[in-house]
Amino acid sequence: MRLETIALNNLRRRKSRLAFLVAGLLIGVATVVTLISLSTTLTEDVQNKMESYGANILVTPRSDALSLSYGGISLGGVALDSQEIRQADLKKIYTIRNNKNIAAVAPKVLGAQNVRGQRVLLMGVDPEMEFKLKKWWKVNGQPLATDHDLVAGASVARSLDLAIGDKVEIAGETFNLTGILSETGSQDDQILIATLPTAQRLLDKKGLVSLVEVAALCANCPVTDMVTQISQVLPGAEVSAIQQVVKTRMHALDQFRNFSLAIAAVVLLIGALVVFVTMMSAVNERTREIGIFRALGFRRAHVIRLILLESTVVSFIAGILGFVVGMGVTYLILPLMTDNEVALHWDPVLGGGAVLLALLVGASASFYPALKASRLDPTEALRAL
Amino acid sequence: MSFVHLKQLDKHYESEADCVIALNRLDLAVEDGCFLGIMGPSGSGKSTLLSILGGLCHPTTGKVLVDDIDLYGLRSEQRADFRREYLGFVFQSFNLIPYLTALENVMLPLAVKKLPKVEKNRMASQVLDRVGLSHRVGHLPSQLSGGEQERVAIARALVNEPPLILADEPTGSLDIATSTEITKLFRTLNEEGQTIIMVTHNDENRPYFDRIVVLRDGKIESDSARIPQMVSQVG
Repeated sequence: MRLETIALNNLRRRKSRLAFLVAGLLIGVATVVTLISLSTTLTEDVQNKMESYGANILVTPRSDALSLSYGGISLGGVALDSQEIRQADLKKIYTIRNNKNIAAVAPKVLGAQNVRGQRVLLMGVDPEMEFKLKKWWKVNGQPLATDHDLVAGASVARSLDLAIGDKVEIAGETFNLTGILSETGSQDDQILIATLPTAQRLLDKKGLVSLVEVAALCANCPVTDMVTQISQVLPGAEVSAIQQVVKTRMHALDQFRNFSLAIAAVVLLIGALVVFVTMMSAVNERTREIGIFRALGFRRAHVIRLILLESTVVSFIAGILGFVVGMGVTYLILPLMTDNEVALHWDPVLGGGAVLLALLVGASASFYPALKASRLDPTEALRAL
Repeated sequence: MSFVHLKQLDKHYESEADCVIALNRLDLAVEDGCFLGIMGPSGSGKSTLLSILGGLCHPTTGKVLVDDIDLYGLRSEQRADFRREYLGFVFQSFNLIPYLTALENVMLPLAVKKLPKVEKNRMASQVLDRVGLSHRVGHLPSQLSGGEQERVAIARALVNEPPLILADEPTGSLDIATSTEITKLFRTLNEEGQTIIMVTHNDENRPYFDRIVVLRDGKIESDSARIPQMVSQVG
């Protein structure tokens, strides 16, 4: 028999009060766990699917000579062979320190060509990378499969009167138009897309690329560091970060997280109040019992320890259950918040945090009732004496 | 040599309206090994006297010496330690903890002592055996009769082997047969050397006491000693 035995027996034999105490704290902890695990999982989702939101690093030739605009970004010297980026150098991008964060490297070669009597911007791409990067591209027909295939932007198709399956002649070569992009509202509507080797051959830029779009996998990872690292391996290129894509998305997530934390704090406060009120009423209920303990020679510190021990057990149970319930709720509502298949991570740090939080809130809410219990006058408490 | 010594003990309960004098200049000495009965009408100060003796209620003036220890010269926490080591309480309404078994209730005073679990179990079982309840160790108070609950309460008071047992109307809520049985048990304990001070209304208990002190209006009205050589009254 120790103080722990008394505390445990009291909880075990007063199950309804135990359940009420656990429920009060559990709701608070579960809310915190749900909101944190949701925002963490959604952030990870964004990080893992960053390519869905486009490139966030742009590699262009370092040149002030001529410019050609694409996507509202000024490209340097695409007309001058000496200023192009060598395709062979692109492998170096994968050698940077943060190479694990690279999701896609999409090289492009750009140049004007005469097609059906009109000047058209021809873009050569690595189909796999490009279509991975631009998930918003919707191709009617088939994307590029061979070097003899072409895909046309919506405006180009309209202007040149192109239909899927048409034969298109460029610089004496005949190509199959396998697909037409749906309207994107961007400059992608104005281009004709071929595979990189085809466009390089047609534009006489073999082994060269005009620009490279890089998708980095991270939201909070140092994009600027990656820019520096890529600049170091490609000294002849201009490397810049398009942070807006990431920042907009992350800003939304940050707002969600802040909102979540505010809600969690309120719910937790209510949980703490439930514990406080229940503990206070328990102390009032147990006035006589505490008087007996004091009469039998328990010190005030023993009474405090007894009450805090009980709250620790309650908080520990509430912490563990709160974590499990919180994760369960996350599992249930996560599919409603993202279209992607997102795996739920049972983060032991979050679990430990939930238990610690419950212990902290439980102890804080029980401290005053414990102090009050210890200050009870034993004679008053016993009344019989 | 007196084991308990009360000197010029006063206890006043003051309120805005009036002042109630519960104990008035009370002097009393109790010898080691004595079975003292404190009797008197309601409001005579019996329970107040027992509370003060138990270190639970500060007297207005006066001194309480137990084994030459000035009880109210001790700090509150030291008094708690004193209660644990020196006193065994038997309350009027048993005051057992409802969610603890008979054995656990008896072990309560040992809960804050640094003893091995086995030793605590042994001590509690032994004392339960002594009061004839070895077959009820695992029962909750609600599963015990009034007499059995009283025995558990007595066992709890004995488990620490305290030099002094204070009992407040321990037979007050028992039928006559059980009441006699419990008083006999107290008497047996006393014959084994235990000092006991018992507050009671019950005249049936009189023959079992070594000495009877009757209080009225906070003063000693009479003090009769059955075994005079064991008792002395401080004048």
